[in-house]
Amino acid sequence: MELLNIFTKAAFIENLALSYFLGMCSYLAVSKTVKTAFGLGLAVIFVLGITMPINWVINTYLLSEGGIFATDLTFLRFILFIAVIASMVQLVEMVVEKFSPSLYNSLGIFLPLITVNCAILGGSLFMVSKEYNFSESVAFGLGGGFGWFLAIIAIAAIREKIKYSAVPPALRGLGMAFLLTGLMGLAFMSLMGIDPAAF
Amino acid sequence: MADVKVAEKSGITFGKKERKLLTDPLSDNNPITVQVLGICSALAVTTGMKNAAVMAVAVVFVAVLSNFFTSLLRNSIPKQVRMIVQLVIIATLVTIVELTLKAVDFESYKQLSVFIGLIITNCIIMGRLEAFALANKPYESILDGIGNGVGYGIILLIVAFFREFFGKGEIFGFKIIGPTNEFLLDTTTSTWMGWYASNNLMVLFPSAMFVIGILIWVHRAWKPHLVDIS
Repeated sequence: MELLNIFTKAAFIENLALSYFLGMCSYLAVSKTVKTAFGLGLAVIFVLGITMPINWVINTYLLSEGGIFATDLTFLRFILFIAVIASMVQLVEMVVEKFSPSLYNSLGIFLPLITVNCAILGGSLFMVSKEYNFSESVAFGLGGGFGWFLAIIAIAAIREKIKYSAVPPALRGLGMAFLLTGLMGLAFMSLMGIDPAAF
Repeated sequence: MADVKVAEKSGITFGKKERKLLTDPLSDNNPITVQVLGICSALAVTTGMKNAAVMAVAVVFVAVLSNFFTSLLRNSIPKQVRMIVQLVIIATLVTIVELTLKAVDFESYKQLSVFIGLIITNCIIMGRLEAFALANKPYESILDGIGNGVGYGIILLIVAFFREFFGKGEIFGFKIIGPTNEFLLDTTTSTWMGWYASNNLMVLFPSAMFVIGILIWVHRAWKPHLVDIS
């Protein structure tokens, strides 16, 4: 039950995209159509769900003082975390290419983009600062990924529709996407006061 | 101007092409408003001008040095593992920045927290390495790093100015408009525009989106050739 709380909290109340504004580069660049946004969103859920537990293991058993080296190696955290993320993305890319070419064709170009999506690294760093245990970090990873997925689908749907509106020329495209995201962020802020334990 | 002096000293030419590398990212090819790179940190650290300035300096440092080192190594990096090599270079530089900031200014370090680490995934750095440093000589790469770092920093400071000025009535932590604490105790002295009540919305995340959105609007209205059709 507590894991479900962490999942809902990560997905809605602490939404990585709309409450912390992480992963904005790919969020703005790939949200022109719902179809591509869907592919990127799925890939983000996948990679967050895999890297979060691995980074948890690395942080707890290698880097912290209670780990196998018995010294505080936390200054290596950035390098190891980003190495794990980059190699996992590469690995996932190869596995998907081998076993499901159709999924690879729809995800293909987005997978390398995910390495530099700050939602992934940010998620891992948040996990460390919140001191989650192993199963909680899995729930946090999946919830965070799901929240990001929802956010990018929502903005892509709005951007598809807004093409038919009379937006001032200088504001078209990027400028409007910023204003829309700001408004969506305001809407998501109203969820902040909710206690997930109440459900 | 300081950049020009550096170029003269090192004896490397500084012609039209080099100047273009430096000045292009300031407006026509700005990292944030035109290339749309590095938005995450632009939103998170712009609640105050001091944080924005620290972040801008950190990004210029990482951008210049990572461009330089990647450019030096550009002919010996195999194409398949270039992402990981680039990320290791960036992550090392960011760790240096983090530890330095922790030692020099612990207050800013605490406020910036996760976002210093997120310079690693700041798409400006990675994007410039991919688009420029992998194909150009070290000297040009350094200029490109300075240009993009400064172009990013300028936008950061503009956004931070609006957010801090209207959100807290302060600039760099100094009270400019609105009632001060002394004013509340002693009603005979008042600051300039003492009636102004701080608009807390400006300190929250969504307002950064609005400020950048409006900035892009103004920028594109001023330079219509930047407007994209999609």
